[in-house]
Amino acid sequence: MIEWRWHLVWELAPRFVDAAGKTLLAAGGGYSIAVVLGLVLVLAQRTRFHPLTFAVREFVELIRSTPLLLQVFFVFYVGPQFGLVLSPWTAGLIAIGLHYGAYLSEVYRGGIESVPAGQWEAAKALNLSVVRTYRRIVIPQALPPAISGMGNYLVGIFKDTPMLSVIGVTELMHTATAVGAESYRYLEPYTMVGAIFLAISLPAAYLISRFEKWVRRTLGMVK
Amino acid sequence: MTEDMSRYPLHLEGDDVPMVRFRNVTKRYGPLVVLNQLDLDVSTGEMVTIIGPSGSGKTTVLRMLMTLETIDSGVIYVDGEPLTHMERNGQLLPASSKHIRRIRSKIGMCFQHFNLFPHMTALGNCMEGLVQVLGLSRREAEERSMELLDMVGLAEKRDEHPSRLSGGQQQRVAIARALAMRPKVMLFDEVTSALDPEVISEVTNVIRRLVGAHDLTMLMVTHQMGFAKEISDRVCFFFNGAVEEQGTPTKLFENPERERTQQFLNAVLDAN
Repeated sequence: MIEWRWHLVWELAPRFVDAAGKTLLAAGGGYSIAVVLGLVLVLAQRTRFHPLTFAVREFVELIRSTPLLLQVFFVFYVGPQFGLVLSPWTAGLIAIGLHYGAYLSEVYRGGIESVPAGQWEAAKALNLSVVRTYRRIVIPQALPPAISGMGNYLVGIFKDTPMLSVIGVTELMHTATAVGAESYRYLEPYTMVGAIFLAISLPAAYLISRFEKWVRRTLGMVK
Repeated sequence: MTEDMSRYPLHLEGDDVPMVRFRNVTKRYGPLVVLNQLDLDVSTGEMVTIIGPSGSGKTTVLRMLMTLETIDSGVIYVDGEPLTHMERNGQLLPASSKHIRRIRSKIGMCFQHFNLFPHMTALGNCMEGLVQVLGLSRREAEERSMELLDMVGLAEKRDEHPSRLSGGQQQRVAIARALAMRPKVMLFDEVTSALDPEVISEVTNVIRRLVGAHDLTMLMVTHQMGFAKEISDRVCFFFNGAVEEQGTPTKLFENPERERTQQFLNAVLDAN
């Protein structure tokens, strides 16, 4: 019978708090990139410039059809061969930002396509410019249906941050593995990682659904 | 498209320039010809109603005028200027989006399904174009919007979102929103078709008042023959993408000359 050592938990707590902070930073930073990049990708896909829409569509497909781990390795290890030398942190953020940006662009696309054609027509009849139509009419309406998808990927990106441990980002997983190597104790560190992920993911999912309702209410889009 | 544009004037001039002129306008969806070389003039201040069976192209006429659809050949003029084309070195070329926006500002439209912006209040819907397009200050925009909401009898609903308004109320807000932009031409596309019978008169009463009080050119597509007969200066019966017959409401409804017009009116009146 393996015994659970509480004293190890308390001893490791400060390192794990620090690592959890770095995990959140990686998730938050990667997500920020993804949120903006996804918007750029979806808007590029909706222009009438066909070479651009084609290139963007293929890029999104490429990203969505290959593993995140491969993309992380590509940015970090292949990048330098093209003169792009990046720290693990920068490479990691770029990789997950690209990856989730591609997914988020699809979420946005779904949201934008859920806005009825009549809304575009009404905007045109009022002579709103295309930019104002997006900003004032389409995006506010595309947002509520996109929030649950965006939230899922926020939790997803958080859970995918351990991928960055393979290139040396000292997030939770990296820390737990290091502790295991030092102390030959694996039960406590990996359990702590699981507990921390759970403690953040569950409330996040709940807060996202609350947020979605709040946005709908604020926009007056509930009966 | 290799249409010879030189047969169309660059501008309409003279004493009797119509507010809207369709010349030789054709619209196709693939092999289907929706409008076939349509010629149609609407004078300033005139109320013209378009009736006809479904698929006859009547809604397409309004949608082309609002530039929601492109045309395949011909020219549409609004207020003497080409809408679908623009003059460049003495020739008519397809209009740039800037040109279209300038001419489009003379046209307003109300839709069958209202198309109010659900995330804005009644007042917000009316103010949107005034602030974002015409560049009015929020105060001016609010003042003008309130005048129009008052005119359609919904001043007290200013802060309600569309989801809390009835269909008739939503359509009246939509009319106020379109009128706030002060268009010269108003298009009404089956504006009562999605309404419950008991609220139709809320909307028709508003349109009735416009006919009396404004120097507004109006084009209306409707299935309500009684209303069309009562308020139109002219009624056009569309069939297969062309004007089959047109005339004063009395003439068209009481003495239709063409057999297809008679058949259509009999079928519609039977249904009622």
